Amino acid sequence: MATGTLVDVVMPQMGVSVSEGTITRWMKGVGDTIEADETIVEISTDKVDAEIPSPASGVIKELLADEGDTVPVNTRIAVIDTGGGGGNGGGGGETEPAQAEAEGPQAAAPPTADAPPEAPATASPAPPAPEPAQTPAPAAEAGDEDGDDSGRTFVSPVVARMLAEHRLDISQIPGTGRGGRVTKKDVQTFLDGGGGGQAAPAAPEAPAVHDVPHFAPPAEPEPVQAQPAPPPPPAPPPAAAPAPPAPAAVPAQPAAPAPVSDGDVEVYQFNTIRKVIARHMRHSIDTAAHVTTVIEVDMTGIVGLRKKWKPVYKERYGVNLTYIPFIARAAIDAIGRWPWVNAEVQGETALIKKHVNLGMAVAIDDAKGLMVPVIHRAEEKNLVGLSRSVIEMADKARTKTLTPDEMAGGTFTITNPGVFGVLMGTPIIPEGQVAILDVETIVKRPVVVTDEHGNDAIAIRHMMFLCLSYDHRLVDGAYAAQFLAQLKENLERWDENAFGL
Amino acid sequence: MAIKTYLQAISDGLREEMRRDQRVFLIGEDIGVYGGAFKVTQGFQQEFGEDRVIDSPLSETAITGACTGAALMGMRPVCEMQFSDFVSCAFDQLVTVAAKQHYRVGTPVPIVVRLPSGGGFSGGPFHSQNPEGFFAHCPGLKIACPATPADAKGLILSAIRDPNPVLYFEHKHLYRRIKGEVPDGDTAVEFGKARVHQEGSDLSIITYGAMVYTAEEAAKAAAEQDGTSVEIIDLRTITPWDREAVLASVAKTSKVIVLHEDTHTSGFGAEIAATIAEEAFEHLDAPVVRLTAPDTPIPFSPPLEKAFLPQVEDVVAAIDKLSAY
Repeated sequence: MATGTLVDVVMPQMGVSVSEGTITRWMKGVGDTIEADETIVEISTDKVDAEIPSPASGVIKELLADEGDTVPVNTRIAVIDTGGGGGNGGGGGETEPAQAEAEGPQAAAPPTADAPPEAPATASPAPPAPEPAQTPAPAAEAGDEDGDDSGRTFVSPVVARMLAEHRLDISQIPGTGRGGRVTKKDVQTFLDGGGGGQAAPAAPEAPAVHDVPHFAPPAEPEPVQAQPAPPPPPAPPPAAAPAPPAPAAVPAQPAAPAPVSDGDVEVYQFNTIRKVIARHMRHSIDTAAHVTTVIEVDMTGIVGLRKKWKPVYKERYGVNLTYIPFIARAAIDAIGRWPWVNAEVQGETALIKKHVNLGMAVAIDDAKGLMVPVIHRAEEKNLVGLSRSVIEMADKARTKTLTPDEMAGGTFTITNPGVFGVLMGTPIIPEGQVAILDVETIVKRPVVVTDEHGNDAIAIRHMMFLCLSYDHRLVDGAYAAQFLAQLKENLERWDENAFGL
Repeated sequence: MAIKTYLQAISDGLREEMRRDQRVFLIGEDIGVYGGAFKVTQGFQQEFGEDRVIDSPLSETAITGACTGAALMGMRPVCEMQFSDFVSCAFDQLVTVAAKQHYRVGTPVPIVVRLPSGGGFSGGPFHSQNPEGFFAHCPGLKIACPATPADAKGLILSAIRDPNPVLYFEHKHLYRRIKGEVPDGDTAVEFGKARVHQEGSDLSIITYGAMVYTAEEAAKAAAEQDGTSVEIIDLRTITPWDREAVLASVAKTSKVIVLHEDTHTSGFGAEIAATIAEEAFEHLDAPVVRLTAPDTPIPFSPPLEKAFLPQVEDVVAAIDKLSAY
């Protein structure tokens, strides 16, 4: 029952497909005062990093999740005491003096309809029990089930959750339920380090590594070191062989790399963004048939135009004119002629997109992270609009204030490693798209040019490579080449009247 | 603190509240001169007079309607359905009038309807029912189903003081059979707060009313049999009901039996089971089991009634089955 003075803070739904979020940083601690709309926590989700405003003014009563915890959407993560007295339950109205209603206006009675408590507040998501060190059960155990083991295939919800939480391999856990099903108790017994006489004889004191939360899975092939965060356990013995030898034959795992002393390696635990990048990149490589084609563009004309118009743009529009809007506009116009590069492949169907929602790859966190904000309906924007959008999106990415919508729906993406001077690349196509354009550096080079009379001469020109990675499932080489040729032509024969001035 | 029967506890609660609050009066069939069919109000008319302990005509509609009107005029009426089965005659007054008054007009209807309910002594189809499920479906009503003497008193006090219409189900089979300590004085029990009847770690039984004791006996048998540790949650009130307590228990044990004496389909257990599925799915290690009476009227014949009502053996069997799952 709501007390009327306590307000829950829940993990917000940051986009339709987002189901969980990670607490990145609490801005307030228990006992701190907070104003409504003041940032209470920074979170990180699949789609977006965000600062979450407090839903109410008051004092932080409880923080229910730690930094680094990943919790489902709508989970209570904090409680704010908005003041105004003790938290005695309402609903019953039992403390109300009986006379109040008989005499005065009938203001006090709450309708019963609101009686049920509104906060589901499922019990705390994670069992507080410290994860004990455990050793793998003998592999033989798994095959040793008596009789029917049909139950082994069914995994109950709570068992599935525990396996995931502790990163356990179910085949290592003896099942005692119906038909050999692994029950919650079986998992608990396994976690408690043996019991029921089933577990492996304890290996000689496992190295301290195994005391670290989440890093004792028997199946984990890598000798993951302690996370940087928790303080080291008292006097860890110099790392021993990370996998305690199981008595029975465990299928030989690749020999663990030679142990390294703590000083040689910094262990970086993937953050949410890193995990998402890793997953998406891998998935794209696994599905799209990647090909990269390169074309060389003479940017001399654009270089001159940019030089000329840059101060004007600054003055009139307050935007810094870079090369990207030129290339974006030229690419959009080329898409108009070659629309299949602005598409999505679903199985054996291609969805050719009518609008160009232009993804802009933006490096964040000192180039240790990547975000791809999307300029929606980019074809409707002129050079000024594109300039503004590019700057705005890049800023939002770096300050992590992009909304989920601003990162969704991309149909074609531009990435620009050229700013670092690189010459060529073979980028990975973003999921749900079929092409990505890699913009390279512009360098002055001696080039053979031919004048209108057919005379050749060597000239110094501003040259740039554009590399297009595309999905060969839909886009063939000839199509991509002609798209690139069109793009090249758009850039080399830039119509100055198209500046929108 | 004194040991009292469940019936005495109700009686004491009513008497104390009538002494404390002049607005409280009782009305019902044969509750005055005769002291009520179960003698809950024996001696009340002598103490409080005919104006505050009113023998009514045989009309549950009239009784409930009169209570609603009196409540609107500032009184705190407590009426008795001689048997909870008869409340069907008062359905319209409760569901259409009393439950919606505050929503429609803003005026509270602080009435209490006492409902001697439940079977177990061959009362037959008209004198043994547990009709709480009908009313749990109706927003605007509160429902209490005390299991212990302490709660019987504590909840009747809260019910009378509550500004909403409250249905107070008192289980007839507990009246004189169940004795327990009842704290002296003003010991109102808050609605919506479940009670852990006994703690356990292997399995939870969510129940209320007389079935708390059926669960208790079954849990004892299971513990003796193979050491199974059963947690029993007594909801005490079903509107509002204590979701947090139920979900916490499910999170702890991961196996649940929802037990009630009411019939199966759309019984309140369905609501509990659905809520567990919705909000504690990832804590479940086995399907939620509902243990209820079957979907038939309550038989008069003693052997048939025994077959109809959930028995200790039925609960033990369900515990065994869930334990082995």
